Order: sequence, then C-alpha cells, then structure tokens
Amino acid sequence: MHSGEGEQPFHYAIGRYGSKFLSEIRDNKQFYGIKCPKCGKVYVPPREVCGPCFTKMTEWVKVADEGKLYSYTILRFAFLDPETGKQKPVPYGYAFITLDGADTAFQHFVEITDESKVKVGARVKAIFEDKRYGKITDIKHFVIID
Amino acid sequence: MGKKRTAIVATGQTHHRSSRLDVNGIELINEAVVRCLEDGDLTIEDIDAVVIGNMDHFEGINYVDTWSIDGSGGFMKPTFKLTTGGTTGSTVGQSGFYLTASGMFDKVLCIGWEKNSESDTTAAITTAFDPIWDRLVFAGAIGGLAVEATKYMSEYGATEEDAAHVAVRDRTHALNNPYAQLRKPITLEDVMSSPMLSDPIKLLDVCPRTDGACAVVWANEDYAEKICSRPAWYHAGSVKHPFNLLGDTDLTTLVSMELASKEAYKKAGIKEPLKEIDVMELYLPYSCAGLSWIEAIGLCERGGAPRLVRDGVTNMDGELPINPSGGVIATNCIGATALLRMAEAAIQVMGKGGDRQVPDVETAVATGFGGCFWSDISVLRSKKP
Ligand SMILES: [Zn+2]
Repeated sequence: MHSGEGEQPFHYAIGRYGSKFLSEIRDNKQFYGIKCPKCGKVYVPPREVCGPCFTKMTEWVKVADEGKLYSYTILRFAFLDPETGKQKPVPYGYAFITLDGADTAFQHFVEITDESKVKVGARVKAIFEDKRYGKITDIKHFVIID
Repeated sequence: MGKKRTAIVATGQTHHRSSRLDVNGIELINEAVVRCLEDGDLTIEDIDAVVIGNMDHFEGINYVDTWSIDGSGGFMKPTFKLTTGGTTGSTVGQSGFYLTASGMFDKVLCIGWEKNSESDTTAAITTAFDPIWDRLVFAGAIGGLAVEATKYMSEYGATEEDAAHVAVRDRTHALNNPYAQLRKPITLEDVMSSPMLSDPIKLLDVCPRTDGACAVVWANEDYAEKICSRPAWYHAGSVKHPFNLLGDTDLTTLVSMELASKEAYKKAGIKEPLKEIDVMELYLPYSCAGLSWIEAIGLCERGGAPRLVRDGVTNMDGELPINPSGGVIATNCIGATALLRMAEAAIQVMGKGGDRQVPDVETAVATGFGGCFWSDISVLRSKKP
C-alpha cells in the first residue's frame, strides 16, 4: 500500500511576529528578535509569548546577522524531505546559531566546505539570496568567518 | 475520591523485529495484551478500562483506540488514547497509575505499540516540529540528537568512544533478553567504524526501528497483592516539558530530566540515587544520551558519566545496572518504547527477569523521552508506599 502521486498542500499562518521577521529579512536583510519584559531574554525567532514567564512580549530588538555556532551536526544520511518529497542535499551542515544580541539559537544551514572549521563557538555570518520572497530560505546559509 | 496505592501487577510484550509481517497492528497489540493477561492470570473481564497509545501519523491510522478495539480488549469498556511523542509509552503507563490511584478504576490495562516498518519515521517525526522555524534543516530524531551530542561533547570533552561504550553495554545486555530485536554482540571497534549518519552519531550509536507492542496491568491496593505476589508499587513520578522550538533548548544537559528526577527523588525520599536505586530502565535512544542524561538524572556530576560508564558501574554486575533489557538501542517500537522501560522496571521488581534479572531489586526507575527534549520518570518499588 502507498499514497502514490498524492499531494497534500496546507496553509500555515506564521502570525504577525513571524511575518515581521520574514519581511525584514526580505526587505532589509535585518534580523529581529523580541525581548521579554520580565526575564529580559531576546528570542530569535520572535513569538508573542515568553513561555517560562508566560508573558506577552512587545519590544522588538535588532540583532546582528552574525553570531556563534551554539551547536551543529553534519547530516550524512540520505532521506526524503517531507516538505518537498525530494531527497535532502546531503551532506549538509545543520546549525544552531546564537546571533549577536539574541539569547536563543536560530536554526539554519551552515556551509561545510571546510569541515575542520565547523566547531561549537565558531563565528558565522548570514548570506542572503539576491532575490528574496519573505521565506526562511531568503537566507541562503551561514558561513564561518573566523 | 481518595488516593489509592497502586501497582503494576502484570506485563506482556511481543517479540520484537524490524518487520512483523506475520501480524497486522491489531494482532500485534493482541499478542502483548494476551501475554500480559497470562502473566497476571487474568482474563479480559477483569479489566475495567484500557489506555492505548502510539505515535501519531506513524502507521497512517487515525483513531487508533477505536480501530484496534478487537486486539486491545477494549470492547464495551472505557478506552482512552494518549499520544505524547517519544514519551507516549510512559504517558500511557503513568495514566494507569492515575486512573487506579484516583479510585476511578480498580484494574487498568495500558498498551503501547508501533509498526515502524509501515511508516516513514523521519517524515512523520518532522510533522511534530514547526513548519517554518524547525523543518528547514530538521532530519528527524537523529539530526536533533546529533546537535545535542555535539554540544555535550564540546562542553565536557567527552569523546565518540566514550559514547560507544554505552551502545556496547546495552547491546551486550540485550543478549540476555529473548524479546529484544538486536541480539548480536558488538564491540567498541564495530561502533566506531560504523557509517557516520550525523556527526557524531554513527549507525551503531543509534536505536533501530522496531515493530512491537507492550502492555501492563495496574491494580489498586484492593487487588494488587491478590493478582501478583510481588507487585511493582508506584512511589513517585514526574513529567517536565521545556520549550517548543528546538533553538530555545539548553543542550548542555537534559534540563527536563534534571528537574523531573529531582522532583521524583524528593517524592520518593531518594537522596543518593546511585546508591539507593537498584536498577534503571532508561529511554536512551542513542549512545551519547547514556552519558549526558545519566548526569541529568543525578548519578554523577556533569562531565562524570564517561568515567562511570567506562568503569562498568552501569553494567549488569555493576553498582547500578542500566538497561538489563538492552534498552532502546536494541529495541525501539516507538509508541511502546517508554512503556517497555516501565514494564522492564516492573519485571525487575517482580523478579521475573530471567537471564536479565538483577538480584534483589527493591527500587527500579524508568524514564521516557520526547523529541523537543521533554522527559518523564517513574519510581517503582517492591515495598508498598
Ligand atoms: Zn520571560
């Protein structure tokens, strides 16, 4: 039994906060976080509520397009991307990046041309696509800069 | 309604394989249920309610509770479905405690099951994560655990070889368990030379995908000792959830397990876990978890686990044997996995472990783990609370 050539499109509202984040990337190549009035933590990506404080957040904070590798892995096994039905381009660098000015980690690809440089704590910088659509993939990937 | 003391009085599990083409899901469930009832010398008429769980989206079956009613024994009984990702089995198991302890039911049958061979596990797991912020780079369980391992190793200087010791231990223990899926001995070299899946996780560092099911019966104090001469009494439990988005998570230790275990130990009056606990069945889906998470659960200080494991403290003949069953690295039928931990802990308390029995178990601990790094823990004892 299998599902054949079936397609199952769906819609997902990212909300006002997520929309602002993606629009700023598209229009200004600018990362934005949101700050909790209670604990002071800056969240990237932004969302409306700080879970631990259970408090609404309204203070937008500009954060850098550079930061540090919080952690990473290099994916080496072949698997189908359930979003596209196509095989993911393995190997690829899966990074958790703490952007300067943020307290949480932002997930994206990290370039692995020189694997020896991919280390926890390495400095990284975002590379943007020339043509941007307001998608997370407007950020091409992060590159190691030290 | 008052709180009753309650215990696991019977357990049953299927033989586990990567693919059980000989049975469909309902029949697989039934295999575990029948063995469980036999273990307690019970019939389905003795059961007052049924709780069942698996992973959402895995088998493509919606309303698993109704679909499986013939196999589960839930026909014309109150039947509940619970599904909480990786902890599904332990949530199902703990619910048996709540339902009997509350006095609502006297005897409750809890079932966890999975036919992983019928699903695309990575694709299904991905749907548990945020479509925008998590999914771009996400690669199912292995990628998520790999970033945790990288962080832990970088923080404490632990090595891939340190982690490999955990895989070798659990796979060695699995040789004693007739129900385990992977029952072939492996060496440190085998682990180290197995293909790299996602740095630093190699093929033999990580759990397989398994078809299997597990069932336990809970009975309150009015019935427990009549059903089982040495029931596994529930003394304490705790569940902790951290953040939702993966990037929010502190990966240097399993914070949810650290908090859950502290809370459970306090409730159970355990001050020195390494000394006071006789055996642990831990949800360790990959080898590095066997280092980081046993620190979180309070067996040693942070960074101390590699030495503890290397010294054999957690082996069958060590001070605190971990995973006499072979654990998750040997068998992983996901919706059943955490219930298997609870059942195996109960088996140890009951003294029914056969070749995998640790002598004189008075206190056993079982855990569950879920993908966004949440945890739960249960403390079972031979002594009535
Ligand atoms: Zn806050």
